[in-house]
Amino acid sequence: MLVALPLVPLLAGLLALALRADAPRRLLLVVTGLIHAALTAATYFVPPAPAYGGLLELDAPGQLFLSLASLLFVAAAFYAAGYLSHEDAGPKRDFQDGAAFSNAPERVFSMCLCLFLSAMTVVCATRNLSVLWVGIEATTLSSAPLIYFHRHRRSLEATWKYLLICSVGIALALLGNILVSVAFFDPISPVSSMGLDEMLPRAGAAAKPWLRAAFIFLLVGYGSKMGLAPMHNWLPDAHSQSPSLVSALLSGALLNCAFLGILRAGQVLTAAGMGEFCGELLVMFGLVSMGTAAVFIVGQGDYKRMLAYSSVEHMGILALGVGIGGGATFGAMLHAVNHSLTKGALFLISGNILAVYHTRSCHDARGVSRALPITAALWMAGFLAIVGSPPFGMFVSELTILQAMLESGRILAPVIYLAALTVIFVGMATSVCRMVQGPLPPAVPHPGPERLLAVGPPLVLLAATLVLGLYLPGGLVALLTRAAAAISLGG
Amino acid sequence: MDMTQTLMVALVCVNLAYLAVTRLRSLTRITAVQGILLAAAPLAVLGQDPHGHATTLALGVLAIKGIGFPWLLARTLSRLEVNPVVEPYLGFNVSLLAGVAGLLFSLWLETRLPFPPGLFPPLLFPAALTSIFSGLALVVARRKALTQVIGYLAAENGIFLLGVPLSAQGSVWLELSVLLDVFVAVFVMGIALHHINKTFESIDVGRFCSLRD
Amino acid sequence: MDALAHLLAALLLAPLLPGIINRVKARLSGRVGRPLFQTYFDLARLVQKGVVESETSSWMLPLGPVVSLATAAIALTLLPGPAGPSPAAFTGDFILAAYCLGLGRLALILAALDSGSSFEGMGASREAAFSALAEPVLFLCLLALAADAPDISLSGMLGRGLTGSLAPERLFVPVILFILLLTENCRIPVDDPNTHLELTMIHEVMVLDHSGPDMAAIVYGSSLKLWFFAAATVLSVLPVRAMPPVAGWAVFLAGLAVVAIAVGLVESSMARLRLIRVPRLLGAAGTLAALSLVLTVWR
Repeated sequence: MLVALPLVPLLAGLLALALRADAPRRLLLVVTGLIHAALTAATYFVPPAPAYGGLLELDAPGQLFLSLASLLFVAAAFYAAGYLSHEDAGPKRDFQDGAAFSNAPERVFSMCLCLFLSAMTVVCATRNLSVLWVGIEATTLSSAPLIYFHRHRRSLEATWKYLLICSVGIALALLGNILVSVAFFDPISPVSSMGLDEMLPRAGAAAKPWLRAAFIFLLVGYGSKMGLAPMHNWLPDAHSQSPSLVSALLSGALLNCAFLGILRAGQVLTAAGMGEFCGELLVMFGLVSMGTAAVFIVGQGDYKRMLAYSSVEHMGILALGVGIGGGATFGAMLHAVNHSLTKGALFLISGNILAVYHTRSCHDARGVSRALPITAALWMAGFLAIVGSPPFGMFVSELTILQAMLESGRILAPVIYLAALTVIFVGMATSVCRMVQGPLPPAVPHPGPERLLAVGPPLVLLAATLVLGLYLPGGLVALLTRAAAAISLGG
Repeated sequence: MDMTQTLMVALVCVNLAYLAVTRLRSLTRITAVQGILLAAAPLAVLGQDPHGHATTLALGVLAIKGIGFPWLLARTLSRLEVNPVVEPYLGFNVSLLAGVAGLLFSLWLETRLPFPPGLFPPLLFPAALTSIFSGLALVVARRKALTQVIGYLAAENGIFLLGVPLSAQGSVWLELSVLLDVFVAVFVMGIALHHINKTFESIDVGRFCSLRD
Repeated sequence: MDALAHLLAALLLAPLLPGIINRVKARLSGRVGRPLFQTYFDLARLVQKGVVESETSSWMLPLGPVVSLATAAIALTLLPGPAGPSPAAFTGDFILAAYCLGLGRLALILAALDSGSSFEGMGASREAAFSALAEPVLFLCLLALAADAPDISLSGMLGRGLTGSLAPERLFVPVILFILLLTENCRIPVDDPNTHLELTMIHEVMVLDHSGPDMAAIVYGSSLKLWFFAAATVLSVLPVRAMPPVAGWAVFLAGLAVVAIAVGLVESSMARLRLIRVPRLLGAAGTLAALSLVLTVWR
């Protein structure tokens, strides 16, 4: 099963490049997503055996993040089928600076989407630090062309920043990997691979200073990909310039994958008895990210950038939750699920708004409830979900983390946490409410009825996070508990 | 004469040269020299090689870092038809001084760090670290997008050099897949460079100023 | 006797080096060239001539050439020969040697300023700027040599060859000394000794007002300076001190000839650097010197 998981999207990508006709290629995206989701679902019933000589191996955290990536890809694939068929393929004018541009060839776009999924699958389904690194670098390379789908200046600028910052960041993570193997260096009985199965039992004998240095490099390296402040500069640019379905995948699936890289490093250090060190660093980066996001969300005039900064905030919450440890680890895992579902939905909805209004400005896109009633309702619901109001799932996860934080006896962290959440609530509410209400700008033509493929996927995702707020299924709790136990820094 | 030592000193010189040269063409040549020196590194550092491990790695490095990258960069450069001068944010002499300071720092660090005995040959750590420093300096202190790619490459080369003594333990295929990843990265960056040159009619990253808060 | 032999040889043979350089350049450009001993003929002719001095100049003008010749001779006295150490060697003598050369340069610069000509003032300013950049490089290089020398004097530092296992950083020293030779002796790529345009000159324009025996002192002094740097370069590479005296002398003289030929080759194959690029050349040499020093000390 693990053999097929990365292979299916890889082959589908090559097939997508070969297919000339548009309709079958769009269908192929959906079918690939469904097959991948089915295979992922099957891993819950039949525990998969390690594949490729043990390089790929699925454990609970991997399974969790793999499911999220797969689910989001299905939603994005359905959305893409509608999006691509309504996207004008010919040359057109940029609505911001008026320059002429065209789209990237759809075949290349579809191929990169599939390869992106394949790379994320590798990242999630491995317990080997080297393979993890190769996978994360592959996600960068396969997603860069996705950001540059609309070939204009700003998307190119965003793509370049993304490529360079993430590549350099990931190069630092490679340095971290090397330092890990320096820590494990033993000339008499060398560690034969960077697999966790081999490293965890021997972690007690590893050289502590080197592990410490290694974790810092891995945290900075993968953290820049994950969007932790202050390494987040690429994130708002890339998320605001890429097509919305790509933003949804980047935010909902890719950031988690990068976080998994940090968690794997945390596993090694915890086995060496240094979990507390990792926890403190994660708490620090988490709080800084939340604070940075709060500062930039207030008065943010671009609604896609606003969502991107919200991703920075939620990545901060994830890091904070794992760093606090105890019950917060479970909360962080639940939060990852909720964030992926909600942020994926929100980006897809923002794509609907962008398609009609042709602007990313909160001030110009007004009267959404008149133009696109369903989208407006979803936008409002998504906003409530992302800021953590009940009855959505994020309320539960944020509360769990807060509770664990208070139990751990910290004072400063919960204060900053609550302050940042409040500021972000107010900041986002201003923009979202202004957009939903108000008169329709005269320049905007009244659009027709909303398409099922445009509102269906975000609706399903939001419904899922609503369900998670009301009722946590036993199977999910079991998975989250196992994942939290595996990556817990408490030892 | 100790082969490894000579190699390391040569690599240090190459790293400083990255900061001193004023022509893009010379930069691509320096990457070629560094790649070839790096290809010799596994053979020199790993010594005895019963499984053909070092040889495979050396051949892979020679193909990708010694020939692949310089060819790719030179091809990109000749197609771009840009001003052949490296435009610095930070002057060449200052960069060079910073490079020497970085070398001093890494030499000092080498005496302070608790290296596992027998892992790193002397001078390998400073050579690798200066390469990372020079690479990052090229990324931040030069105006052209192409020099940023070369800087990324130089930093990656330094990290690779640090991994060479450890590569005896792991699988050579993983090392090669890392190499391949970096190759694809440079390839994708090369494509992006073409687009930048076409869209902005320049590869000056100073023109990237439309996205900000 | 052995000790004085080198000084004697330098005083006698130094004017031969410019002759060799000119011969190489001429041959490479397809000409026959001046005789090898042309510098001796020039010196003989200049000594017999009278001196013409400007009415506006002071006692500094005739003093410059004398001081420059004397200081070059003192520096040479401190340099060890191929067969034995210098008779005047003492700890730290390399500082005296470096500053003797500096004093000679200062005297020439002052003499040039004294002439009152704007051309000479320009040449003096350039000479001062470049020598100010060359001096730290020279000291870094000497420190690198001194770092592992048995005895911190020119005699202890030079003539050992590339000691021990051929440590790579030691290979930089002769390269740096060669670059300094080109700079200090006003050769291409820093300065062109044959240029005909005063605006582009550096060294030659400084000495335009000198004539007769004064000019002879300048020409002779600069040959001695050339000998100083060429000998230092040779002695930093070849372990002549370890050889029997006769072989040592032969190798030493052959090495000097090779250096002179190398200068000729560089001058024939390179163009002069733009003035603003010269600091970069010296900067590169300085970096190499720092590298060499750091690596030598660190071992």
